[in-house]
Amino acid sequence: MTLRDFVNKLLGRQPASATTARERLQLVLAHDRSDLNPELLEQMRREILEVVSRYVEIDLEEGDVSLETEDRVTALVANLPIKRAKAVPQPAAEPAPADEAEPAPTSEASDPIWTASQA
Amino acid sequence: MTTSGSRSILICSGKGGVGKTTLTANLGIALARQGMRTAVLDADFGLRNLDLLLGLENRIVYTAQEVLAESCRLDQALVKHKQEPNLALLPAGNPRMLEWLKPEDMERIVALLRESFDIVLIDCPAGIEDGFKNAAAAAEEAIVITTPEVSAVRDADRVIGLLNTRGIKPIQLVINRVRPKMMANQEMLAVDDVTDILALPLLGLVLEDEQVIVSTNRGEPLTLNGSQSPAAQAYSNIARRVCGEEVPLIDPAKVRRGLRAKLGRLMQTKIF
Repeated sequence: MTLRDFVNKLLGRQPASATTARERLQLVLAHDRSDLNPELLEQMRREILEVVSRYVEIDLEEGDVSLETEDRVTALVANLPIKRAKAVPQPAAEPAPADEAEPAPTSEASDPIWTASQA
Repeated sequence: MTTSGSRSILICSGKGGVGKTTLTANLGIALARQGMRTAVLDADFGLRNLDLLLGLENRIVYTAQEVLAESCRLDQALVKHKQEPNLALLPAGNPRMLEWLKPEDMERIVALLRESFDIVLIDCPAGIEDGFKNAAAAAEEAIVITTPEVSAVRDADRVIGLLNTRGIKPIQLVINRVRPKMMANQEMLAVDDVTDILALPLLGLVLEDEQVIVSTNRGEPLTLNGSQSPAAQAYSNIARRVCGEEVPLIDPAKVRRGLRAKLGRLMQTKIF
């Protein structure tokens, strides 16, 4: 955030249009680059939430699955606040990787691609 | 492509009207003035304009079409610039060429040009369809030109993706029609925003400049007469960088002076 954005916020004004432009571009390019249309992304989001909620109770209001892009690398970022772990996970097949998952294409290993934070 | 030492550079943007042809004309003249034997190839067969910007529209006899059909020699089709004899234009053929033109045809033409020129600039059509694919087939390097607007940056991103998959490199970026005052007020995408998003090295910044329109009216590129206007300087500096010289980039924030400019710079400070 720049000083101008801060002043605008204090005065209850809209952010400077360059800020809006940058944010809109980053979002639209993440979609362009991954070739995922919004419906597919929505379907994927629903399925991810469904799988995760078999194991833990998540806050659906706060949950967010989105594409983010940096340096021409797009990553799928899921932020799913956990309310509590379920006593009996429904499919007791294999242990679920709760903290790390494969990013969409490649990304630096240190990136928090999959964040499951305790709420 | 075997001609060693000779370079073929694609000038492209995706979106139309951002300044591809103006850059090709001015860069071509500026490179020629530096002593490089330069050919500019109008690869926009549908809507050709490079001849007009160079003021050569009345001197066209043959085009790329006749060269490909072998009904004339390459040197017969080339239009030499009178004031800058190091520069020659190979005009685009008839729009009907689009029906049969293939990437291999463009490769053939550019290979021919590279035999007798140090640098071949290919003025690419807008879009990412066949015209772009044909033009890109013949290029080893690319310059992507964009303006600091969402639509131009988005289209540039698509083009960069396509150039990457073709193994074209280096790909360098020119940002055109920069308005320092709007950038200072954060009402225009900043240079860093554009370079961060597109992740390309910056080859040059061209300030918005009315003289570009004047020079277009006359068919005399700004770099031809040693004009000192901001765009003329930017194009000359781009040419020097293309030849490997290190020329510092202008800082849009430093173009403006006075108290308002200072305040604008202060307001751009990142606080968190």
